[in-house]
Amino acid sequence: MTVITGDHPAERPTGPTGVPGLRILTGGVTRLWLVALLVGCWEIIARIKQDAYFPPPSTIVRVFHELWFSGPATHLFLTDKALDDFQPSFVNLSCGWALAAVVGLALGVLLGRSRVAREILDPVLQFGRAIPPPTLIPFFIVVFDFGAQMQISTIAFGVIWPVLLNTADGVRTVEKLQLETAEVFGITGATRLLRITLPAAAPKIFAGLRVSLGFALVLMVISELIGSTTGIGAHLISSQQGMELPEMWAGIVLLGILGCLFNAVFALVERRFLSWHSNAHGLDS
Amino acid sequence: MTNRARIVRGTIGVAGVVAVAELVSRAGFADTSLPPASSVLLRAAEFFGDTEFLTAVGSTLEAWILGLLLATVVAVAVGIALSTTPWLNRATRVLVEFMRPIPSVALIPLAIVSFSSITESKVSLVFYSACWPILINTLYALRDVDPLAKETLRSFGFGKAAILLRVSVPSAAPFVATGVRISAAVGLVVVVSFELVAGNGEGIGGYLLQTQSGGGRPDLMLAGAIWAGMLGALINVGLVALERRTFRWHAVRTEASA
Repeated sequence: MTVITGDHPAERPTGPTGVPGLRILTGGVTRLWLVALLVGCWEIIARIKQDAYFPPPSTIVRVFHELWFSGPATHLFLTDKALDDFQPSFVNLSCGWALAAVVGLALGVLLGRSRVAREILDPVLQFGRAIPPPTLIPFFIVVFDFGAQMQISTIAFGVIWPVLLNTADGVRTVEKLQLETAEVFGITGATRLLRITLPAAAPKIFAGLRVSLGFALVLMVISELIGSTTGIGAHLISSQQGMELPEMWAGIVLLGILGCLFNAVFALVERRFLSWHSNAHGLDS
Repeated sequence: MTNRARIVRGTIGVAGVVAVAELVSRAGFADTSLPPASSVLLRAAEFFGDTEFLTAVGSTLEAWILGLLLATVVAVAVGIALSTTPWLNRATRVLVEFMRPIPSVALIPLAIVSFSSITESKVSLVFYSACWPILINTLYALRDVDPLAKETLRSFGFGKAAILLRVSVPSAAPFVATGVRISAAVGLVVVVSFELVAGNGEGIGGYLLQTQSGGGRPDLMLAGAIWAGMLGALINVGLVALERRTFRWHAVRTEASA
């Protein structure tokens, strides 16, 4: 959470000054009371109503722990089920995302460099981007059959667009002066691409990669819900079909935590890679 | 002239892609399950006269529009309410940061079990997933309203409500509209996903699942995907046009200042 709160230093509650401990405490309270209140209400109402569909949070947390994190310390407390569920999901997610990143980056650079290529491919790309990727899952199932290949294709097709379009845009809008300066110094070809064009386009490329990582998680879940017997999505759908509602809720919580985690980790990586960039811009203004 | 060149080049690109796809499937390099592009396009055209498919499209669109409208109304209202009450805004930020990254498709199984009617589940799911982009854009846009404009109105004796209505909402509106456009795309993905998972033959997703049974009809599947892509593209173009029309003053202003 420090990542998120750190973004808004100006909006920190101005509590009693001089006592840092107290200030952190009041700051925590003003931020967290609503979440605590909602979880508390949910717990109480769920206990009273005994609704099978909405188990109390304490049950969900217990099941969550039992299912995946009650393993031996030698396995980092992961259970066998955790290894079975996480491994295919992560492999598919990272393969699909990496594939989309590489292809999207390469095509994006080509499109960014050539106006003719951009204009020729623009309608095709806009259309490809508009296709909701899940509609292609039945087709991918026919072509690749059920399994990792189908899932990786679905993820890669769905998340390539933000990378491709952002890269093309970033490369296209590199300052002419920078390119001309490089030319004066005899920097051309691959060196110019690696040293000037890509770094200048980096913020947009990273933005594209970040959006596509979030979307890759979504597509990973869909592809597992529809065409898989392994992975976190498959756990969700099988516990729903078996009416094991706390197990299903635990899966939702797990995916929520993963979503938060991806976001936070990527924000950290981005800050590290782009710190020079924001510094450079800070000097300008 | 340049515009015409662009259209010509775009047409060449589309024709080229179709031709390559046709050649690849005819030459049989790839899997035999890849249907020729011509037959896919023919199926897509035939869908115009296919009442079963059109009913499916209607059912998808109905849930999508309802969910999106509901989300727009609720998210904008909540956004305004939050940005006018800082203490509540601070408390909800943590909640929003936790809820937003949950992939909305993870809620499909929950939506299936907790609502009795399919339409209800679909609308709620679209509503949930469409809320976040609109809410976040509303919050950001209201935070970035020019303080000088607000102060000016205040010094002329306008009340809080008048400032909100005359300054904050109009200046936030274009960015909120961008949020709606993002949500529209997300909503379409979510509806189709739900239909594919629920598997009861409803909507475009249900139709696609049906074509899978009995050996599979890849040409129909791809034609369905083309329709879905067309819908997505049309919706996007329509919303962009609407934004341009509604916020012409905004575009004029930002172009003038740039």
